[in-house]
Amino acid sequence: MPPAIVVEGLVKRYGSVVAIDGLGFEVAAGSTTALLGANGAGKTTTIAIILGLLAASAGRVSVLGSDIPRQRARVLGRMNFSSPYVDLPLRLSLRQNLLVYTDLYRVPEPKRRIARLAADLDLEGLLDRPTGRLSAGQKTRLLLAKALINQPELLLLDEPTASLDPDTADVIRGYLESYQREREATVLLASHNMAEVERLCSDVLMLKQGRLVDRGAPAALLARYGRSNLEQVFLDIARRPGDAATPRAAE
Amino acid sequence: MSPGREPAFSPRRIRGMVRRHWYLLCGSWPRVLELAYWPTVQMILWGFITKFLAGHTDLVAQTAGVFLSAVLLWDVLFRGQLSVSLLFMEEMYSRHLGHLFVSPLRPYELVISLFTMGVVRVLIGVGGAALLAIPIHQFSIFEALGPALILFFVNLLWFSWAMGLIIASLVLRLGLGAESLAWALIFLIQPLSGVYYPIAVLPTWLQPLSWCLPSAPIFEGMRAVLFEGTLRTDLLLYAVLLNIAWMALAVAVFVILFRSARDRGLLLQIGE
Repeated sequence: MPPAIVVEGLVKRYGSVVAIDGLGFEVAAGSTTALLGANGAGKTTTIAIILGLLAASAGRVSVLGSDIPRQRARVLGRMNFSSPYVDLPLRLSLRQNLLVYTDLYRVPEPKRRIARLAADLDLEGLLDRPTGRLSAGQKTRLLLAKALINQPELLLLDEPTASLDPDTADVIRGYLESYQREREATVLLASHNMAEVERLCSDVLMLKQGRLVDRGAPAALLARYGRSNLEQVFLDIARRPGDAATPRAAE
Repeated sequence: MSPGREPAFSPRRIRGMVRRHWYLLCGSWPRVLELAYWPTVQMILWGFITKFLAGHTDLVAQTAGVFLSAVLLWDVLFRGQLSVSLLFMEEMYSRHLGHLFVSPLRPYELVISLFTMGVVRVLIGVGGAALLAIPIHQFSIFEALGPALILFFVNLLWFSWAMGLIIASLVLRLGLGAESLAWALIFLIQPLSGVYYPIAVLPTWLQPLSWCLPSAPIFEGMRAVLFEGTLRTDLLLYAVLLNIAWMALAVAVFVILFRSARDRGLLLQIGE
């Protein structure tokens, strides 16, 4: 099966600032892959380029077999994304927001789809509440419902369980796991929650200063660094000098 | 859901965006009130000015509806432009553009939905004022201009869409700091459009600039209907040609500034 995402020689410059510096990786179809890195490492920039929201300065990105951004219209209906930094209209109710997106993604049987998502994500009692009156955790669940409205083959998630209490976050992770398994979907997520990454992801991409500095399955990374959890690995990499100049990029 | 290929044009996606703005409008009575408030205030004010002038000026006495027609038609242009710009800025205020631009919604579908809701807002705002003018000033723009009203309305709305799109594009590229353009830029056009006076009144050097605006032949045409009782098809045709050129310019500006915004990463950061 061809990879869901192929990134080759990706560069993004803002004037003299290099945000992404020759990044290259593949995301296997049907996998859940994490993009890890400190703030400013280039995770959001990478996701924005993959989504076609941001033009690369150089390099090539292919998503589900289509070049981005040239052929992005071909695949936008097969993917979706969620980010705490992009909102839904606050004055619209949850139901109204989701109805709008069932139209934008031309979802068949929209009411049934919304009812199903509301049940799965514990939003049933909130459907007629204005989005602006949701708690942070409720809003995160709504954004996830929007991201799943079209049952995407490729799901890009930026901090998917941010602002959720441990219990709700656990339920959401379980839901994402079962969704990914049942739909054989590809998930690329950026997260600072290492326990979440260890649980959900089969592959981890470690970014630093816009470059890929390491890569592997969580267990392989733990073994390579001789650590007991990913947070320690993250700290080792973040505090290791010279990575940006000599990437270990993943074998 | 089947991963079938997305069509290049989808009325359902347009309906989704119209729905989004319809929910917003219906859920907020101050927004509805605001739509009709200024056109109605202007109509009432100009109606009384007309009454006063009619007792002192033969010209105004002969064509009592000229100012009221002008103010109502001007509001079609002003409200139409404002609606398109503001509806676009609603997406920026709510930091929503990122979701829209990663959905299958095409930019031209977004623009069509803005135009559609722009018509709804103009009909509510200016339509309400036009109907209120009948009992308040015993003046019906529908009778005064007859079928020509539809032609004037369509042309002014068309120009307002082009203006709205240009302003929305500028705000997309420059950020919400430039939002005052939505209110200010159109008033640069007003004195050049000959809304309340013929273009011939303007200085000679300014008149060629006026004749580059579709609104100028429309307001000249309006006066021809009211003063002479004739529909000037030459002016209408000229307005249509100018509207085609202005819409082409607006689309080009939108495409260029949208690409520039994407290059600079503004589509995700907008609203902040």
